[in-house]
Amino acid sequence: MSIHVKGAVLPDGSNRDLFIDNGVFVDAAPAGATVIDASGLLALPGLVDLHTHLREPGFEQSETVLTGSRAAAAGGYTAVFAMANTMPVQDTAGVVEQVQSLGERHGYVTVRPIGAVTAGLAGERLAEIGAMAQSRAQVRVFSDDGHCVHDALLMRRALEYVKTFGGVVAQHAQEPRLTVGAQLNEGALSGELGLVGWPAVAEESIIARDVLLAHHVGARLHVCHISTAGSVEVIRWAKARGVDVTAEVTPHHLLLTEELARGYDARFKVNPPLRRDEDVHALRAALADGTIDIVATDHAPHPLEAKDCAWDEAANGMVGLESALSVVHAAVVESGQLNWSDVARVMSSRPAEIGLLDGYAAPFAVGSPAHLTLYDTAATRTFAVEDLRGKSVNSPYLGRTLPGRVVATLHRGQPTVLEGELVPADVVAAGDRG
Amino acid sequence: MRHLLSTRDLRRDEVVALLDIAEDMADVSGREIKKLPALRGKTVVNLFFEDSTRTRVSFEVAAKRLSADVINFSAKGSSVSKGESLKDTAQTLAAMGADAVVIRHGASGAPRVLADSGWIDAGIVNAGDGTHEHPTQALLDAFTIRKRLHGVASRGRGLDGVAVTIVGDILHSRVARSNVWLLTTLGAHVSLVAPATLLPVDTRHWPVTVGYDLDIAIDSAPDVVMMLRIQSERMNAAFFPNAREYSREWGLGDDRVDRLPAASMVMHPGPMNRGLEISAAAADSVQSTVLEQVANGVSIRMAVLYSLLAGSDS
Repeated sequence: MSIHVKGAVLPDGSNRDLFIDNGVFVDAAPAGATVIDASGLLALPGLVDLHTHLREPGFEQSETVLTGSRAAAAGGYTAVFAMANTMPVQDTAGVVEQVQSLGERHGYVTVRPIGAVTAGLAGERLAEIGAMAQSRAQVRVFSDDGHCVHDALLMRRALEYVKTFGGVVAQHAQEPRLTVGAQLNEGALSGELGLVGWPAVAEESIIARDVLLAHHVGARLHVCHISTAGSVEVIRWAKARGVDVTAEVTPHHLLLTEELARGYDARFKVNPPLRRDEDVHALRAALADGTIDIVATDHAPHPLEAKDCAWDEAANGMVGLESALSVVHAAVVESGQLNWSDVARVMSSRPAEIGLLDGYAAPFAVGSPAHLTLYDTAATRTFAVEDLRGKSVNSPYLGRTLPGRVVATLHRGQPTVLEGELVPADVVAAGDRG
Repeated sequence: MRHLLSTRDLRRDEVVALLDIAEDMADVSGREIKKLPALRGKTVVNLFFEDSTRTRVSFEVAAKRLSADVINFSAKGSSVSKGESLKDTAQTLAAMGADAVVIRHGASGAPRVLADSGWIDAGIVNAGDGTHEHPTQALLDAFTIRKRLHGVASRGRGLDGVAVTIVGDILHSRVARSNVWLLTTLGAHVSLVAPATLLPVDTRHWPVTVGYDLDIAIDSAPDVVMMLRIQSERMNAAFFPNAREYSREWGLGDDRVDRLPAASMVMHPGPMNRGLEISAAAADSVQSTVLEQVANGVSIRMAVLYSLLAGSDS
């Protein structure tokens, strides 16, 4: 399939047509190319999410590789890294290869499985990291996300062992003893609502330990979903010291605060929890100055009954793929802290780099894979259930006005979204993927 | 009043009106025939996800004195994974035509979730939710204090200038939270005394003073000392070294009671751990209001149910 994208504005503000043939960008319109009118639209490189929960195998009532891939495409993504907390856990070559091949079969996005650091996410002994790294899935990111690798010696070994295979450990920083039963950011509000507090220090102390460990053993560390101003300070300090550390922030931690929990509406229950206004501002500033490297969604689908209950009984997590770009737009672009080139960096090239995913280093360059998102920056919408394209509807943004709209997404030159609608699964699955 | 979920939402005039209705209800309880026809034909459901015989019986007596039909629905052990969920239970009660649901739940905010859910449109009364609030306990405490101070001249009054010291496990206490908001709304000065482990980390915005030393608090001659129960599960979780030390530092022992002014009240929401947070002599002293609190609980709960249901759908 060949495509001529007409009249798009690139992140740097320049205006030019893009030509795609055989899944890659080419320098002239191929004969008979399909024309996509992109006049007035922003062309972003295909987005890359380093932190997605696709839930398959094991929790297909919440999401599957197919439905999660469709949610991702609808949000402008062309690649997602699928977290390891499936059932069975992605801790062997067999499971990661299964997830990888499901992604390939459906074709909406590139699905890169993340391997567990410890067997069964139990935090006791290493998972078969080498086998996963050398499997057909070529796993490079390892994480026990949902659980912290809290044992200091095991974390040290994991950093060293993963380094052996050229990968990275993505740590869910949460000191477990300080967060037993934790429900909400610990502070004035948790005290008033009578919910068990999740203190910032439980995140910050693990990050501090891990950057020192990573430095000591000369390994690379990625920190998942940092949520506090104190974590920003620790990361800033570590980077200044030369530690090989990267950090992510979720869209929801850039926009929402703990105040939303006041009515005990479990849609706002997430781990790490929503924090204070001053944390939100510190995270935005850190994303702008590069202390935080990337935005990652932590897309966490849950069935209705997991949220339709008392706060203590509800599951942690929010879906985020479909709303991420609009939320980043609202939180840091409208405030003037990031421009669209910055957005392309924090949502595409840099997460690809951290996850060792090829094809995103030179966006729009002739010969590069044609991963592309066309985004209408002028649009405004009241975010609604119809905007969600995965299986679950646990979005904290329902009813909220958000800027922007994804108009088209192309994965390796194959349209997955056109005119704001998903391209049918059979068309995408049959598509030419270069 | 549509629901009673929290004392934080209540205005002073609403509280005084409730306490005054409770005065009328207390008069009924003193009569030979302790019954009013006010809620005839109304159905009150006691929905208890946690055991609390005292509170349940108090609500049951209150509803029956108002001639309501009472259903006790014990859903103990229910949680999202086992037994019946809050949603299913609520929809079941709605289908049965409940007019009011009195809910006790282990999860903070469960009554609010129920009230906001649309699963049921009955009036919701919070009978204790997790470590959040216990509004009828605070109302009965306020009623008890007012009655002791002003007797038959209580009607219409607040608690202006009354010094109340609440002692013990503030962190986990729904009674403490409800009392902090309610008593200060009525004009009382509230101070909290506890080890730092049993205080919320940030109470800067609470309308209270906070201290660690019970002896200093006692020597300031408060009008009311309210002792909170120490739950046994706190004993082995490093909140304090052991029961002996807790009792010595924060228990209301005989010597501390003796130092209190004769007119000071000693309160406890019950059930008491005699010898731990309160000595037997303190519990049984003339200063103790423990049994009055129980009696007043019925009057307060009558007033709450009456305010929620009387004429609500006429």
